[in-house]
Amino acid sequence: MAKLKPPISNKDHIQGNPEASVELVEYGDYQCPYCGQAYPVIKSIQAKMGDKLKFVFRNFPLSEIHQRAAYAAVAAEAAGFQDKFWEMHDILFENQRNLQDEDLIKYAEQLNLNMKKFQEDFRNREYREKVESDFESGVRSGVNATPSFFINGAKYEGSLENMVHHLENLIYPSAKG
Amino acid sequence: MLEVGTQAPDFELYAAPDQKVKLSQLNVKKVILAFYPADWSPVCGDQMALYNEMLQLFRKQNAVMVGISVDSKWCHQAFSLDRKLHFPILSDFEPKGAVAKLYQVYDEKEGECKRALYLIDEDGIIRWNYLSPVDINPGADGILEALDEMNKK
Repeated sequence: MAKLKPPISNKDHIQGNPEASVELVEYGDYQCPYCGQAYPVIKSIQAKMGDKLKFVFRNFPLSEIHQRAAYAAVAAEAAGFQDKFWEMHDILFENQRNLQDEDLIKYAEQLNLNMKKFQEDFRNREYREKVESDFESGVRSGVNATPSFFINGAKYEGSLENMVHHLENLIYPSAKG
Repeated sequence: MLEVGTQAPDFELYAAPDQKVKLSQLNVKKVILAFYPADWSPVCGDQMALYNEMLQLFRKQNAVMVGISVDSKWCHQAFSLDRKLHFPILSDFEPKGAVAKLYQVYDEKEGECKRALYLIDEDGIIRWNYLSPVDINPGADGILEALDEMNKK
């Protein structure tokens, strides 16, 4: 059974309740159509579960087949430095077909980021390395496709449709009988 | 599958329409042989597309990745161009599946390679192997762990 390596830490982008007992981690690619399809499903799961859920996004860009994916990932990391990671994450998934440099700059402007800082960070080796290290952690955790999900550290092999039931069963195990 | 600790049989296959390669030529480094059923599986879950992103990680471990299927050299060329693969995929086409049979990973019923991995060291000895269910992309966590283990010694 594939296990999440390393576990969630303060290097991760965490959404929802950081103390929640149920942890959902996605390895995703901003240009991957399947990740795009998963995006609203995750949103609805988060809305439904509220503070019972902790959600983490890690980068897994397949750069050779999705040539803008790594750039988009770096843009989100750079936005993250200005506390706008999730805002950028959402914009990117809502605009998967428009991920050229000029698009990424436009999104940063929409988020009122400090543009001088953003442009510097976008070219900064440090953010590229964060994306690469996410990718390596994904490979080592057994990620074999995008999106891949881990629930409480174990790879989730079920369907996206069933995920919410699986997660709810972890909170209310008796509900299923 | 061939057992860990045994000599990996040498072979020669087409890597491109005008180029053949031998295992023994590649084997100046560690070689990862990835037998897979067929080209053209869906992109985001494709085993070869995943390995293609990992070449730098393999290089760090002094290892080269080589894919093998029974698809023809022309099919491989088109697949490789489409997916922008930067590692060789070999054509076990004529006689069909001969190398897969030699490595005991040929599926007679489907007429395809099984989904199987071998890790071969610089002395040509098999150091790790793995047979995956045919419909499951085995990813690369096993390969990286096996390489780590080898490089530790």
